[in-house]
Amino acid sequence: MDLDYFFQLFLGGMTRGSIYALIALGYTMVYGIIKLINFAHGEIYMIGAFTALIIVGALGMTGLNPVLIFLIAGVIAVLTSAGYGVTIERIAYKPLRNAPRLSALISAIGMSLFLQNYVLLAQTSNFLPFPTLIPEFKFLANAGGIISSTQIIILATTALVMVVLTLLIKFTRIGKAMRATSQDRQMAQLVGIGINKVIAFTFVIGSFTAALGGVLICSHIGQINFYIGFIAGIKAFVAAVLGGIGSIPGAVLGSFVLGLTESFGTGYISSDYEDVFAFLFLVLILTIRPSGILGREKKAKV
Amino acid sequence: MAAILDASQVTMDFGGLRAVNNADVHIDQGEIVALIGPNGAGKTTFFNVITGVYKPTTGDVRITAPGKETESITGLKPNKITEKGLARTFQNIRLFQNMTVLENVMIGRHCRMKAGIAGAVFRDRKTREEEEQVVADSYAILKKIGLETFVNELAKNLPYGAQRRLEIARAMATEPFLLLLDEPAAGMNPHETRELDEMILKIRATEKISILLIEHDMSLVMSISDRIYVMDYGLLIAEGQPKEVRANPAVIKAYLGEEFNA
Amino acid sequence: MVTLKQIRNSVLIALWMMILTFPIMVIKVNTIENIVIWRWMNLLYIGVGTVILSIFWFFLINRRKLEPEERKRSFALKGKIETLKGVLAKPVVQKPLYAALLVIIIIFPFVSSLYQTGIMITALMYVILGLGLNIVVGLGGLLHLGYAAFYAVGAYTYALLHRYLGLSFWVCLPIGALSAMLLGILVGLPVLRLRGDYLAIVTLAFGEIVRILLENLSQYTGGPAGISGIPRPSFFGIKMSLSTAMNYTYFLTFALVLFTIFVVRRLEHSRLGRSWVAMREDEVASEAMGIDITRAKLSSFALGALWAGLAGVFFSAKTTFVNPASFTLWESVIILCVVVLGGIGSIKGVVLGAIVIILLPEYLRAFSQYRMLFFGLILVMMMIFRPGGFIPAKRRVYTFDKAQLEESD
Repeated sequence: MDLDYFFQLFLGGMTRGSIYALIALGYTMVYGIIKLINFAHGEIYMIGAFTALIIVGALGMTGLNPVLIFLIAGVIAVLTSAGYGVTIERIAYKPLRNAPRLSALISAIGMSLFLQNYVLLAQTSNFLPFPTLIPEFKFLANAGGIISSTQIIILATTALVMVVLTLLIKFTRIGKAMRATSQDRQMAQLVGIGINKVIAFTFVIGSFTAALGGVLICSHIGQINFYIGFIAGIKAFVAAVLGGIGSIPGAVLGSFVLGLTESFGTGYISSDYEDVFAFLFLVLILTIRPSGILGREKKAKV
Repeated sequence: MAAILDASQVTMDFGGLRAVNNADVHIDQGEIVALIGPNGAGKTTFFNVITGVYKPTTGDVRITAPGKETESITGLKPNKITEKGLARTFQNIRLFQNMTVLENVMIGRHCRMKAGIAGAVFRDRKTREEEEQVVADSYAILKKIGLETFVNELAKNLPYGAQRRLEIARAMATEPFLLLLDEPAAGMNPHETRELDEMILKIRATEKISILLIEHDMSLVMSISDRIYVMDYGLLIAEGQPKEVRANPAVIKAYLGEEFNA
Repeated sequence: MVTLKQIRNSVLIALWMMILTFPIMVIKVNTIENIVIWRWMNLLYIGVGTVILSIFWFFLINRRKLEPEERKRSFALKGKIETLKGVLAKPVVQKPLYAALLVIIIIFPFVSSLYQTGIMITALMYVILGLGLNIVVGLGGLLHLGYAAFYAVGAYTYALLHRYLGLSFWVCLPIGALSAMLLGILVGLPVLRLRGDYLAIVTLAFGEIVRILLENLSQYTGGPAGISGIPRPSFFGIKMSLSTAMNYTYFLTFALVLFTIFVVRRLEHSRLGRSWVAMREDEVASEAMGIDITRAKLSSFALGALWAGLAGVFFSAKTTFVNPASFTLWESVIILCVVVLGGIGSIKGVVLGAIVIILLPEYLRAFSQYRMLFFGLILVMMMIFRPGGFIPAKRRVYTFDKAQLEESD
């Protein structure tokens, strides 16, 4: 077996997994709190990527340092996307908080459709190339093309986000409020937690990480269009479910498992069936463990 | 004659928690038996074990339906157990909210009906007759329970007390020989409780149904039960007729407390 | 009424929206040719548009909070609509109405263009799909996001059986339906014990697997290009001109719609149908009432698949061409929208839903660019302001005649 090839696939899988994880976090947190499959979440990721592309394009003329441009674009994209996240929640989900779950899901599907077409109409349906802004690190010259500097940045950013998020949820006031709300919304409200604030905050965090994923992926893959959010969203959702939806470590684990499965599947078997591997794997896992890898089986209280 | 329900050495563990500990409960034909105990004592869990919602960790539940052989129902699915003649109500009302009152009762008749897909589509004479019979039977049950005026109302629009009674009607529609009532009087006012009291006695008298009930309303429990089991921390700590239980020091200590003594 | 506070809020919301949409609405970049266009006018449109829309929004939200009785009073037109509904519900009015509708449906293909007939056939096919999915989602309460896969199975069954064995439409119709149902059972057995959202994602995954397989098994399925040259339905081997063939397909589809309505109605008011609804309402309680949940789930899933298969065979025959692009996730989503927008669990609702969803975008071709945008928006608005759909489902009312009442005494 060719070890270099193996490592290349492994790192490719980890990179993919990182991006899935950044998106899946939003899915899983929103699900944990309001039990909604936020179908429009993938579009947030797309909007993040597009905004970054637009800012990069606009700043490209100024002749600033490429790394600085990338950072500015990233910050603006992530903030804007977080804004989109809360706005969507306010319009499409908040009025449906006590409605049947199916209604909220349809509303989310409608929102997804709306956002896709919004970007399509305001921008373009073509694939747009994302300029290379991150220079190759010098110390990677010896690595023989197994890993690129963008990949390193993606892996490091994801790791950082995970750590910060874990600390946030474990130790801060708002983190505790989030956990309480996801356990029992009514009870949380009774002990004085501002539910609306907590939910809005969840959307902010979720959209923030998703957009981060969007910014990173477009610098890695190099081109985007209005439709990327849909597939990525579905995959990330698969990852979240795989790990056990509602569980944050589950979402991360599920994402890496999914990323690696896809990477090795396409690398060793066939690239035609990339998506089939992901979905087959999901069906298989859920048949064995109906609540996902880390999900706990919930006994209905009778 | 064998007991119609004989649960022996039933234990139910949830992870490290022993919710029901080695419980022995038996019910004879025609009895009204109450299972009482403080909140969280494991009463509802015990119900769930008997009705198949949970599979007990150890122990055996046997039934002897009138005119039938004794058989074990341990580990059977809830719908199978209902078919065998045990029916229950729920502590937190679980009606089919968006179905009418009549349809709720008709669902209870489901396991006594036979029509399948072909019958539904072709609607042959047998299916039609069965369907008419079910409507008539269900209406008759509603009349017995005093809900006939609500017949076409959606279940969710019923007043609270009526919802509790509808649960009993729905359970009776399955033709049980043993009815398990999980806190039937919860949330009822004294007047409604008195009516319920009469209704339970009437059900036993006219339908030949034995009853096991979980209840916190002591006046109801004391007035209608033949025997009482007392459960605390998953253990049965006492068993006997109402007046025996009332006098039992262990019960007073564990559950009834000073308040009841006074 | 609109208060000053609401107007102030609307202005603030508009400002927020202007900031939020600034990058995407104002700047347009083309990174291939390195062109940046600044569209400042868009900012104005967003601002003004948001103020108007948000005032309208506040008005609707406030109205939603009112009790139905008050709402009727607050809106005179609504009262008139209610009276109109009452008149329409009378059998004396209803019968001629249905008759007139029937006449229109029959005359339609003879007076309209070939193109119009084609669209109408499509709409009718979505009626069938919607009613089929309604069995699963509306009655059974199982969230199914892979319905298009079963539709694809029906379509490809006919396409492949014709291509390799030369079988005709009429032979393939039952085979296609049955193979979809069989697949439904095979898939259903392992996955139906999953609850709610897990079921949704697994059905979604399954739908995508089927589509990708169709795309990649190109030696059999023709890959992304699909299979063409599938014959239209035959009528005792008589040669038909294109327009006659289309009209014939139209009437066949219409007949299938009638058949579907007939069967679904009967299923709904049967022992089986009731068990589905009970399962939707409360699984634990229905199991305690003696319903075999596995069986109820499997039967609704399989019957839903059966109808998708039937519609699939019709689809192949109508378009004479199939490819995997017709069976994407969006297809499943659109069918789900037909059910939910029309009125979940309501037959009339689903029929209306299908017709509106298919015909409206067709006739909005003038705004074709914007139609998906509006479609998305309408979905959101409907869920918020009219969650029961166009025609909400009603439970059956049983009447008891005197004899029956006395008998039961």
